[in-house]
Amino acid sequence: MEALEQPAAAAPQGEVGRSRERVEDDALLRGAGRYGDDLAVPPGTLHAAVLRSPHAHADIRSVDVTRALAVSGVHTVLTGEDVRNWAAPFPVGVREPMEHWCLAVDRVRYVGEPVAVVVAEDRYAAEDALGLVDVDYGLLSPAVDAEAAAAPEAAVLHEGVGSNVVSERHFHYGEPEDAFAAADHHVSLKVRYPRNSCTPIECYVVLASYDVAAGAYDVSANFQGPFALHSVMARALQVPAPRLRLRTPADSGGSFGIKQGVFPYVVLMALAARKAGAPVKWVEDRLEHLQAASSATNRVSTIEAAVTAEGRVTALRYDQLDDCGAYLRAPEPATFYRMHGTLTGAYDIRHLAVRNRVVLTNKTPTGLNRGFGGPQVYYALERLMQHIAATLGLDPLTVIRRNLVPPEAFPYRAPAGSLLDSGDYPAAVELAERDGGLAELRERRDAARREGRYYGIGFCAAVEPSISNMGYITTVMTPEERRKAGPKNGAVSTATVSVDPLGAVSVHVSSTPQGQGHRTVAAQVVADVLGVPFESVTVNVELDTQKDAWSIASGNYSSRFSGAVAGAVHKAATRVRDRLAGIAAGPLGVAPETVRFAGGRVHAGADDGSASMSFHRVAGAVHWAPGTLPEGEPGGLRETAFWTPPELAAPDEGDHINSSLCYGFVFDYCGVEIDPVTGAVRIDRYVTLHDPGRILNPQLVDGQVRGGFAQGLGAALMEEFAYGDDGSFLAGTLADYLIPTSMEVPEPVILHMETPSPFTPLGAKGVGEGNNMSTPVCIANAVADALGRADIELPLTPARVRGVIGIDEPEPPAGLEPAAAPRGGGSGLRASDSVTMPAPPETVFHRMLEPATLAAIIPGCHELEATGENAYRADVTVGVGMIRARYEARITLSELDPPHSLRLSGVGESAMGSAEGSARVRLTALDDGGTRLDYDYEAAVGGKVAAVGARMLQGAARVIIGQIFTRLAAELGGGQPSWWRRLADRLRGLVGRGGGRS
Amino acid sequence: MLKIEANDSHRVTLTLNGRERSGNARPRTLLSDFLRHELGATGTHVGCEHGVCGACTVRVDGVASRACLMLAVQADGRRVDTVEGLAGDDGPLSDLQAAFRRHHALQCGFCTAGILNSCADFLGRERDPSEAQVRDMLSGHLCRCTGYTGIVRAVLEVAAQRREQRQEERDDV
Ligand code: FES
Ligand code: FES
Repeated sequence: MEALEQPAAAAPQGEVGRSRERVEDDALLRGAGRYGDDLAVPPGTLHAAVLRSPHAHADIRSVDVTRALAVSGVHTVLTGEDVRNWAAPFPVGVREPMEHWCLAVDRVRYVGEPVAVVVAEDRYAAEDALGLVDVDYGLLSPAVDAEAAAAPEAAVLHEGVGSNVVSERHFHYGEPEDAFAAADHHVSLKVRYPRNSCTPIECYVVLASYDVAAGAYDVSANFQGPFALHSVMARALQVPAPRLRLRTPADSGGSFGIKQGVFPYVVLMALAARKAGAPVKWVEDRLEHLQAASSATNRVSTIEAAVTAEGRVTALRYDQLDDCGAYLRAPEPATFYRMHGTLTGAYDIRHLAVRNRVVLTNKTPTGLNRGFGGPQVYYALERLMQHIAATLGLDPLTVIRRNLVPPEAFPYRAPAGSLLDSGDYPAAVELAERDGGLAELRERRDAARREGRYYGIGFCAAVEPSISNMGYITTVMTPEERRKAGPKNGAVSTATVSVDPLGAVSVHVSSTPQGQGHRTVAAQVVADVLGVPFESVTVNVELDTQKDAWSIASGNYSSRFSGAVAGAVHKAATRVRDRLAGIAAGPLGVAPETVRFAGGRVHAGADDGSASMSFHRVAGAVHWAPGTLPEGEPGGLRETAFWTPPELAAPDEGDHINSSLCYGFVFDYCGVEIDPVTGAVRIDRYVTLHDPGRILNPQLVDGQVRGGFAQGLGAALMEEFAYGDDGSFLAGTLADYLIPTSMEVPEPVILHMETPSPFTPLGAKGVGEGNNMSTPVCIANAVADALGRADIELPLTPARVRGVIGIDEPEPPAGLEPAAAPRGGGSGLRASDSVTMPAPPETVFHRMLEPATLAAIIPGCHELEATGENAYRADVTVGVGMIRARYEARITLSELDPPHSLRLSGVGESAMGSAEGSARVRLTALDDGGTRLDYDYEAAVGGKVAAVGARMLQGAARVIIGQIFTRLAAELGGGQPSWWRRLADRLRGLVGRGGGRS
Repeated sequence: MLKIEANDSHRVTLTLNGRERSGNARPRTLLSDFLRHELGATGTHVGCEHGVCGACTVRVDGVASRACLMLAVQADGRRVDTVEGLAGDDGPLSDLQAAFRRHHALQCGFCTAGILNSCADFLGRERDPSEAQVRDMLSGHLCRCTGYTGIVRAVLEVAAQRREQRQEERDDV
């Protein structure tokens, strides 16, 4: 163990580098984890439910909480007015006059935006009352598509800005114009990266309370950092930072960046607790999460390369448009700038021109999502590399090879500023080619193609940045703006190691893990440094901003644990060790430098036979006998280390930015086969090679790779946050937003290489995000290769792939055809049917004009009151799937042509969105004295209900509209004298007394 | 048989992991909420409340069931087994739990309780499952962290171990 000073050499015998079973697992496997919703709540805690906008874009004319407050169990309702009184808008990353509050104050800008918070005795009561908060909306036209929203004629979200493009920056590195002028070829491609999210299985949880006396908020939330956002929250709450005590639970049910987005709810629930005068707990449900939590940024990129005849890329031009949703929520527009220094990827391309525009649209605000910025950049860059090969008739791997950064160039300064720390990319590619069996895969492809099957191979070479430079975001400002604002840079990580009076070692890290096993790795690192058993080290990962050491970079993002936090742990442990060496040196009769730590003992020298003392004895002295310590030794034993890498400088005058500290290398390839009938993409083999620097725990590294791969596969083939043209959200359940299951995820071939980073204490780099960056485009490249097409869009669902193959859809079944989306926009359909009535047309016609009949035949109708001739207002509850919505409906009968035809129309508004339908009814006398009633209808829904997916809605609409007419038949005596009849009689009585109730 | 009155609170008594427990539930209280918040058995997690993610899976009379799709009153008088009962109190992890740990079949652990319950039910029925069968069974669960590899391996290993054990027991007789 003599090599303790140089951890790289200690790996074989030590803990670090071993696949330790995780210390986290025992509790989690027993169901004894402590996640946000498991924490004990203070007595008297109330529960919150959030009322959300059903509209993508609307003015809020008024919010009336009277009816909601009357619900038993409801304590209070927080509205925009309270928020205006107590809070401030969140600070935004660009200097534009736009406001983002934790609750919509005068306008809603996306479906799902919080409008009010109901606080009640329990969640059930709070949800009951949501439908009774009356909000009067004035609808505005939405801007949904990114490119359309950027156009001058688009509806503007933030009028103060005057345009939806809230940031535009141009960058220029090297001499791109000259390179393009001199190039043999220009190859370009326009691609779109969709909205998706890594959707942790645990949703957001916030527990907040307010101390009136101190004017301080105390909030627990499964927030993942970065803790720079603590300042954003404190400013929104208008309190000094210490008066917002933020704590995180011991366990978190996954995050992948997404739980950064809980921060507006920390503020919202803090205010709700203040209003309620009691602690308030909120647990987000899945529908809320999917529609309104957060999302990866969708991007439209036009990318162009200057290429030599041999396939050498000399320059790149990016034109990128990021759709950050309705508000520029911190840390956006970071999706751009996290990758800014790395826009040339793994390639030695010296000339670069970039235009970055951020557009706001009526969609959920975007934020961190595993791979952050990477999937978008590589989807453009690596699709382009494949396209260059296809255009020039070269092998894609040849084009990749010709452009890789050469091994002797490290550390390599990319043109936009990233300092690629270490690597050997050609060797990695060669290793993957050999060990992943590329030659054999090519044979499989050729064999498949000979049989006329669609088979393709895709590649992706990517640099995986980790440990973000906190200053990268300031690249969005001009150098002049930065000069005024002062420099921002670095990435401070912290760790604390302490030894108690009995010699037990404890570690605290502010890395808020979400399942990555930080406690295990921290214990491994400390066990090695102090020479104590792994099992004896206790690690705590809860974070309390009032008591723990933290900084703005604290938290769990940009794969910063193994490179940075583990380094800080190492540093703190080393300080403890050095102090103990100083204490033990005297009794052992040696100089402190020769003291060694191993086997739970402190040794005089390197060889095992040397004199030694037990670790706990030496450590105990600092607590029990401080008088015996050498001079200058203060006693007590707790060391907190802060570590920030000097390489992370602020952006310079030329806009060069080393956006991350470490750059791992990922090289993937895969073979896919496409089913020509269904369009399904089957992964034949997926090979992924990672060089994450030094590997601290191989099993955990593979776990990260597999998890990222499964998510990348989902992004490639299944996942999309789809929106209707009216901004309605169409992926509101996990049956609509499809996540890969064990049936869809194949086992990837995982290969490793280790090129230690010269810049991190342990030589490790991040490894958590590579496949989220590489896998979507790798699969897309394989599909492009299989189909010989360039127009590949994600996700590659069977329907979309079939569309690209160009197989004709069979005609839809007779009588059912999707209608052009009308006003409701989200989901529309049109169909026709007929029913036989046991009465002549005159009777049928007449009865349809009776309000009591209408009340009886409209499913879920509670109240019907006449508002004019053949016009009614009604209260109608409709259930589709798991969603029930209570609509305030306006029903009209028009185009009356007695007794031949009429039109029955309804328009409804509810907290769940809008619905409208219209049926043209024709009556034909039958020989038996009855009537054939034919109807054609069109229906459309928007808002939350539309999120359940078109297929379910088509069925539901058909059933509901069908019910109207079968009930009419029953009313006319053709069916059971149901309780509908009795209800109708009662209603007839009410309506008959003159207009009914109000 | 429990008589249900709307909006009333009902006493629901069930056998949770071998012990009789009771608590109050209204007719619409979900079994998942009842277990977690009334009985304090927070090992059962909730990931979607619409029956897709599988996180809430428990065993009702031995059969894997979604606790978010059942009402608490429906569980009255029945046996409910949750993740907390897989290892005995204070006892070592069960073979299945230990295999999950060995194969790194969990990261955040949020999906794990439900998956363990489905696996426990499945392995009780299937003595010699193929990988395809295991994957099919697991497809009722969403795990966002692991990519499923470790889970599949753990289940197959436990099935093999149990087969071996049974063989040895037969040999001993
Ligand atoms: S919570 Fe029950 S299936 Fe998702
Ligand atoms: S371990 Fe995190 S969701 Fe499965």
